Amino acid sequence: MNTATLTSALGAIVPEAAPAHPASAARCEATPAKESDMASSTPTQTAAPAPTAEPGTPFGERAGQFFRAVIPPCLGFAFVIGLWALVAMSSADFPGPAKTFDAAVTLFSDPFYRNGPNDQGIGWNILSSLKRVAVGFGVAALVGIPMGFIIGRFAFMNSMLEPIISILRPVSPLAWLPIGLMVFKAADPASTWTIFICSIWPMILNTAQGVQRVPQDYLNVARVLNLSEFKIITKILLPSVLPYMLTGIRLSIGTAWLVIVAAEMLTGGVGIGFWVWDEWNNLKVEHIIIAIFVIGIVGLLLEQLLLLIARRFSYGTN
Amino acid sequence: MNAIVKVENVGMVFETKKGRFVALKDVNLQIRSGEVVSLIGHSGCGKSTLLNLIAGLTLPTSGVMLCSGREIAGPGPERAVVFQNHSLLPWLSCFENVYLAVERVFGAKEGKARLKERTAAALEMVHMTHAAQKMPHEISGGMKQRIGIARAFAMEPKILLMDEPFGALDALTRASLQDELIGVMEKTGATVVMVTHDVDEAVLLSDRVVMMTNGPAATIGEILEVKLDKPRDRLALAHDPHFAECRGAILEFLYQKQMKKAA
Repeated sequence: MNTATLTSALGAIVPEAAPAHPASAARCEATPAKESDMASSTPTQTAAPAPTAEPGTPFGERAGQFFRAVIPPCLGFAFVIGLWALVAMSSADFPGPAKTFDAAVTLFSDPFYRNGPNDQGIGWNILSSLKRVAVGFGVAALVGIPMGFIIGRFAFMNSMLEPIISILRPVSPLAWLPIGLMVFKAADPASTWTIFICSIWPMILNTAQGVQRVPQDYLNVARVLNLSEFKIITKILLPSVLPYMLTGIRLSIGTAWLVIVAAEMLTGGVGIGFWVWDEWNNLKVEHIIIAIFVIGIVGLLLEQLLLLIARRFSYGTN
Repeated sequence: MNAIVKVENVGMVFETKKGRFVALKDVNLQIRSGEVVSLIGHSGCGKSTLLNLIAGLTLPTSGVMLCSGREIAGPGPERAVVFQNHSLLPWLSCFENVYLAVERVFGAKEGKARLKERTAAALEMVHMTHAAQKMPHEISGGMKQRIGIARAFAMEPKILLMDEPFGALDALTRASLQDELIGVMEKTGATVVMVTHDVDEAVLLSDRVVMMTNGPAATIGEILEVKLDKPRDRLALAHDPHFAECRGAILEFLYQKQMKKAA
């Protein structure tokens, strides 16, 4: 088995996905891709723990906990907004926080309007981007996860495909966009195609690694019991690979959300990426700033959703 | 005496990066039906290797291993194993862990209700009925090992193999599990081979104690018959002269004849 190579390849994916959500970069480093035994390495990292107050703790202490949890993030935001206001004051083109906020209020008061193909509400733009991500990502899961199982289970397939994956993985998915345009002869499937390409690598590599790291103990149990191949897959392989698979999915969705913005800028149509570019052409800089926040928040929500699912499938530590 | 397991001139050589490592050489052992045999020796003497060979998890590089007259070609449910680290599947409840084994062994001939009865009976035997629906990570190490033992006994194996079953437990839990095991063995009349490095445990539980020489090329040094009546009571045995004699013989073997040079 070529675990070492796959591990290093995987290690490289983590920092790649990290910039998606700088706030969560530290958490990305703690993915199960790292060395540690399987059961305890499920992605159970938690965001800043909510202040859990025991009933009966004195009010002062509880208030203290609350402020320790809430004040620092608020200060962080205040600092950034203050800096932004300062920069905006010294520049004629750059809109300040107040102007941007007003624009956001107008924008979100009617998110779902349609005035022709190039002028639609921000809600439609976000939804069509999400739809592309969902389709590309779903097809990538359908192809990538079985492939990961095959690579993880058969050393021959691993040696055969590992060099190809190593060459293709570092390529920016946007380089595949022209191929997509050529094959599908339309912009929409081409951007979905780039999502497919960028999502598939983490899924293949993480699944393969999960399969290779099924603890020998569990396999010994299967051997002593003489379990059928079907039982081995359903009772042992799948449950023990699942946390790795979910990590792959989480990394994929982070990258996919990064890539869709760039892909849509190039292909046009309806979508948050295209919208950013369109607003730049309209010189509505405040809308670009709004888009940056929206993209960040949607990305964060996607990641949190997957963390939630992953936590559901982490079987405690052994 | 009818031997369930026969080990004849077995040798085991591992190919490592540093070259050939001879773990076992010329091992001869017969295990009779219904007897409890302990394998004892210093760490690295190949006692676990011998157990894995009987289990069929590894195959010997020379010699013959027979179980009920048939060559051991791989693992099978008639030779159940209790692993040192319990090896319960963390995504199945305690009941499901035992049921998985029961279903595999009896599923072809018996109905679901009967299989569930067997599972419940096995849990009852180790006094773990209350934890049947708990997940393995919710119970203590000693309880996990009880479930591991229940899983092995539920398969009604011809021979039960235990690899340091209590090695990872504290002394008090270990004692109570040993007593539990004495009770279960008494009830089932099981044939057991157990790896241990605990002299008291070996004498308390076994009919014969197989003492192994130090590796590399380890083999069986001496075999001690423990002629104590069963069931045994740990408190009564504390002052039994034969118990002390057996204990002394093993200690002498381990610490005089096979003193391990400081590593």
